[in-house]
Amino acid sequence: MTVHSGLSDFLKRRITQRTEDVLTAYLCLLPWIIGFLAFTLGPLVFSLVLSFFQADLFTRNIFVGFGNYVDLVQDPLFLKSLRITAIYAFVSVPLGAATALAVALLLNQKVVGLGVWRTVYYLPSVISGVAVAVLWLQIFNPRMGLINNALKVVGIEGPSWIFDSTWALPSLIIMSLWAVGANMLLYLAGLQGIPTHLYEAAKIDGANVGRRFWHVTIPMLSPTIFFNVVISLIAAFQFFTQSFIMTNGGPNNSTLSMVLFLYRKAFQQTRFGYASAVAWVLFAIIICFTLLFIRSSSLWVYYAGEERDE
Amino acid sequence: MSSFLDSALNINTRRVWHPVFRQVGLLVLVLPGASLFLIPWLWMLSTAGKETALIWKTPPVWIPPVYHWENFIKAWLQGDFAVYYLNTFYISGMNVIGILFSSVLAAYAFARIRFPGRDILFVVVLSTMMLPRQVTLIPLYMIFSELGWINTFKPLIVPLFFGDAFSIFLLRQFFLTISRELDDAALIDGCRRLGVLFRILLPLTSPALAVVAIFNFTWAWNEFFTPLIYLDSPKLFPITLGLHRFIGRAQIDIQFLMAMTIVSTLIPIGIFFLTQRYFIQGIVITGIKG
Repeated sequence: MTVHSGLSDFLKRRITQRTEDVLTAYLCLLPWIIGFLAFTLGPLVFSLVLSFFQADLFTRNIFVGFGNYVDLVQDPLFLKSLRITAIYAFVSVPLGAATALAVALLLNQKVVGLGVWRTVYYLPSVISGVAVAVLWLQIFNPRMGLINNALKVVGIEGPSWIFDSTWALPSLIIMSLWAVGANMLLYLAGLQGIPTHLYEAAKIDGANVGRRFWHVTIPMLSPTIFFNVVISLIAAFQFFTQSFIMTNGGPNNSTLSMVLFLYRKAFQQTRFGYASAVAWVLFAIIICFTLLFIRSSSLWVYYAGEERDE
Repeated sequence: MSSFLDSALNINTRRVWHPVFRQVGLLVLVLPGASLFLIPWLWMLSTAGKETALIWKTPPVWIPPVYHWENFIKAWLQGDFAVYYLNTFYISGMNVIGILFSSVLAAYAFARIRFPGRDILFVVVLSTMMLPRQVTLIPLYMIFSELGWINTFKPLIVPLFFGDAFSIFLLRQFFLTISRELDDAALIDGCRRLGVLFRILLPLTSPALAVVAIFNFTWAWNEFFTPLIYLDSPKLFPITLGLHRFIGRAQIDIQFLMAMTIVSTLIPIGIFFLTQRYFIQGIVITGIKG
């Protein structure tokens, strides 16, 4: 056998291996590719198109251009849902992040019964939003509920919580704090990834507790904080179950979230075009805030191993 | 081993505190929060066993003189909870099967094979994780209703046989932790690409499969929005919709409602306690909420 034919044999085998690889890869990806086209990309484009139509369930489709969007901007109920969603997101997310971080810092210590405490804080995150909502519906009950009974002990006459248009949204925010357990776990994992020698070095340099927290813990944890806040914001913009089950958007629409508004337009009034426009506004808001957050991250997120130009 | 709280407790004296005092100090900080998180559970348990007269009593009675276990049975029979339970098991089980089938294949391709378009496709996978589902909801509803799938389990199950971004991502991360030399050795020995997946990678990544199965089962169990959109008849309801329907009944007793809320959470809580290690590992690796 000549050197030449050996080489071509080798090349042939490599080529067939490569062809086989590519074929296998696309075979493996085939279900996902079909699913992506049929259940994500197709519907995504379809819903954008739909948002320019006045469309009921396959009865009449009239092209209205930006009509739906123009109507939305003038729909006081939509604007209200926008405001409520924004308040919910921008209050519950920072509050939840702070609570989760505080608990994580505490449970990063070697305290007796550590496993028990971690479970206690995490457990509410395991159950369904429906179960949480049904439970808190009773806890917020003005007459027999847990909270007002506790307030009565200290001599305060509690408000009607979810039945009071001033207190309904704050009630849902308070309730959301019960489920910070998953975030807490992520912060805990982040804290355990901080090398202890950094604290020792800071201590030797004479840094006190507060300085060590601001100059070691926070920078080292900033990627975790960043990631958590982005994910929580995206989820908070889509809040639905709580208001749907507990208040049905009320009282006086004070807990009408954007998704609840969308749900009503689409599935109670079958205004699919209008509801699609709502979906796209929601999508645009989520994209904007996520991008804004990612762009700003270079200012305050510290990635180890990355030089900072200061 | 000195983090900031450690020293927060001996801020004035540079001396190390006696371990007992340190523990007491930490417990003083941990206990109030832990009780706040625990009280709703205790209240739910206590309320579920009460008789109607006791529920409206103020100040509340925490330990009812007689715990009415029969509340659970009465409530179970009043609603159609046996049906809801079976439906939820079926939907969640099918979700897990569908996701494992489709996502293992996709994750393997992304983790192990070099092919044109891989990086772009992977970015697409990641970006679908960020996509709010409301954007595709209405067209999907229209498609499924054209297919006659409304008020069947199909819209809740079929799409998952075509991959799930989160599971693909998680499995890919696990596959990457396994040395590629194993693949190469098998390939040289004449093993086919898919053979590598089934004979070498999958046996080594069974913990990853467990994490994916556990997560998706729990999620499907807790899912409310999708079944709400697609299911109308109560005989198809999963437990979340069943619980919602139970509230909607006129004059339902609060103790029955609490009893069934407890019953609806038993499976996720049980799964969590039995598989804690996998659960936490999965959350930490992917950074996605459980």
